Amino acid sequence: MKMLFELDEEKRLFRQTVRDFAEQEIRPHVDRLWETGEFPYDIVRKMGELGLLGIPWPEEYGGAGGDYLAYAIAVEELARVDGSCAITVEAHISLGSAPFYYYGTEEQKREWLVPLAQGRILGSFGLTEPEAGSDAGNTKTRAELKDGQWVINGTKCFITNPGTEMSGVVTITAVTGIRPSGKKEISNIFIPKGTPGYNIAPKYKKMGWHASDTRELNFVDCKVPESNLIGKRGEGFKQFLDCLDGGRIAIAALAVGTAQGAFEEALRYAKERVQFGQPIGKFQGVSFKLADMATEIEIARNMAYKAAAMRDAGVPHTKEASMAKLFASEMCMRTTTQAVQIFGGYGFMDEYPVSRFFRDAKILEIGEGTSEVQRMVISRELGL
Amino acid sequence: MNLVVCVKRVPDTAESEVHIDASGKDIDKSRLSFGINECDNYAVEEAIQIKERLGGTVTVISLGPKENDEVIRMALAKGGDEAIRLEDEAFDGGDGFAVAKALAAAIKGLEFDIVFTGALADDDGYAVVPAALGELLGVPHATYVKKVEILEDGKRAKVGRELEGGLLEFLEIELPCVLGIQTGINEPRYASFKGIKQAAKKEIAIKSAADLGLDPSEVGESGSWAVLEKFTPPVVGEMAEILEGDPEETAAKLAAILKEKGLV
Repeated sequence: MKMLFELDEEKRLFRQTVRDFAEQEIRPHVDRLWETGEFPYDIVRKMGELGLLGIPWPEEYGGAGGDYLAYAIAVEELARVDGSCAITVEAHISLGSAPFYYYGTEEQKREWLVPLAQGRILGSFGLTEPEAGSDAGNTKTRAELKDGQWVINGTKCFITNPGTEMSGVVTITAVTGIRPSGKKEISNIFIPKGTPGYNIAPKYKKMGWHASDTRELNFVDCKVPESNLIGKRGEGFKQFLDCLDGGRIAIAALAVGTAQGAFEEALRYAKERVQFGQPIGKFQGVSFKLADMATEIEIARNMAYKAAAMRDAGVPHTKEASMAKLFASEMCMRTTTQAVQIFGGYGFMDEYPVSRFFRDAKILEIGEGTSEVQRMVISRELGL
Repeated sequence: MNLVVCVKRVPDTAESEVHIDASGKDIDKSRLSFGINECDNYAVEEAIQIKERLGGTVTVISLGPKENDEVIRMALAKGGDEAIRLEDEAFDGGDGFAVAKALAAAIKGLEFDIVFTGALADDDGYAVVPAALGELLGVPHATYVKKVEILEDGKRAKVGRELEGGLLEFLEIELPCVLGIQTGINEPRYASFKGIKQAAKKEIAIKSAADLGLDPSEVGESGSWAVLEKFTPPVVGEMAEILEGDPEETAAKLAAILKEKGLV
C-alpha cells in the first residue's frame, strides 16, 4: 500500500516555477494592484505565455498538458502571493474554459478552447443571478430559439473575468424550455464579448480581490447562433455541477495558498516582534496559534491534493471536492483571522499583507458554493 | 555552438536563521530549502539564449548527490539538451580547485565552444571554479561576465566583465573558453510546464571519479588545496559605536562623525 504522499519531480519543479514567477513577477506589484484595483494585464499575459492559463488541458488544444493536481498547485502558489491573480486564473480555467473542454464540439474547442488555453483571451462563466444564488435552479435568464438563433434575456451577477480587454467569451446557464415534468430545462450557451445585446456593467467594488474583474452582465434580446449551445440542450445543470466539482478543488487550493501566505507573514512577525523582552513567538499564546495554523493548512492541502488526484484518476469525487472546499475555505478564514491577531494593531492596517489576506479569505466561504451548500452536498453524499 | 553549463545546488539562506552543525564544518541544512545557485541560473539562461541564436547544444553538468537532479532538470526544462551529474563519495569535501578538477575531467570528453559557470557560489563564495576550470582545460577564461557577444567568425567572443562601481571591462576572448557569469547579465526565463514534462523524460548521465579517469586522491578533500577546518560565528566587534538619543541628536552625531572621517 502506497501511503507516502509526495509530489513527483515534475510537480515539484512546476511548483518551484510558479513560486518563482509569483515572487518575482507578482509580489512587487501586489500593493499597487490592491490599492488601485487595476487589472494586472502584464502579469496575466505573462502567465499565459508560461502556460498557466491552460494547465489542465491537452497540448493539442493549446493547453500545457498538465493535470488537475498541477493546476491546484499553481492556484495555491499564486494565492500565496496574490488572491486576485489566483482567482483570475481559477475562474478562467475551472469556469470559463472547462465547459468547452468537457462538453464542447471539436469545432467549439478549436475556436474557443485553444485561445483560452493559450491565454490569448479570458473566459467567464455566468451562473449566479440576483434571484438564483445557491438556488441555481431558480435561474430566470431565458434563451429562446427563434429562426436558428438563441435570443437571450436576463441578468447574471458576480461574474469573474468578463470585462477586461482580454475577455473573449462568457458561457451562461439559461432556461431554454419547460420539461414535461414542469421543471425548467436549463442549457449552457456561450456568448462572445461584443455581441449586440450583451451588456457588461462597471466593476464591483469588493471587500477583497481588488484587482480581479467582477461584474454584472445583462442580456437584452442578445442573439447568438443555435450552434453556440454547449453540450446537449437541457444538460446545463448537470454540466455546471461537474465543472463546479473541479472548481471546488481549485478554490480549496486557493484557500490553502491564501492561508499559507498569511501564515508565513505571521510566523516571520512572531520571530521579529519583541514584547515583554522576547519575540512574541516565544509566548505560548502565539506559538500555539501558529502550530494550529500550520496543522490546519497541512490538513486542507492534503484534502485538496487528494480530491485533485481523484479527479485526475477519473473516480467520483463530488464529496471529496466539497469537503476540501468546505474545510479549506473555513480554515483560511480562521488562519487569516489569527494572522491579523498576531500582528495586533498593525494587522488592522491596510499596508500589512495580513489585512489583505484576511479580506481575501471571506469570499472563499461563499464563492463556487457557500459553506452551507457544501454541507448540503456532503450530507447528500452521506445518503441524508 | 556547443555549450556546457555547470550548475550548483545551494541552500537558500536569505530568509532563514543559519546555525553551525555538530561537526563544526558545515551549517545545519535540515530545515533549509535548496535551489540553483543564483549566478548559475543566469549562466543557464545565457547558454540557452546563445543556443537559440546560433544553434547547437547545451549540456548541463552538476557535481553532487541525487537531489541535484532537480536543479539539473530545471535547466533542461528551460532548454538544456543533455545532462551529466558527477556523483562519488570521493568528491566530498572538495574545495573549488578539486571541484574544478572533476568538472574538467567530465568536460574534456565533450566538444565545447564555451563553458559557463556562475561567477561565484552563494554558499561558500570562493569564486574559484571558473578560473581553475579554464586553467585545467587549457583555455582562456573570464569571470564576473555581464555581457557576451559571439563575434562573426564564431571563433572569438567579446565579453564585458563587471568591475567596481558598475564599470564594464571589455575584452576579446578566443573560443573555446570558460566564462564565469555574473547575475544581471540577462533575464532568466521560467520553465514552461511543457518544458518540465519534456525534461522529465531526458536522461541524466551519472559519472563517478573512476568513470572520469580520476584517482580518488586527486579529488574531494584529499585533492584540495584548501581544507575547511571549522566555522565560527562572526565575533561581535568592539568597533561598533551605537549612537543614542532622539533622532535629531543621533543624526547630528552621525553627521559629525562622517565629517570628521572625511566621508562626506
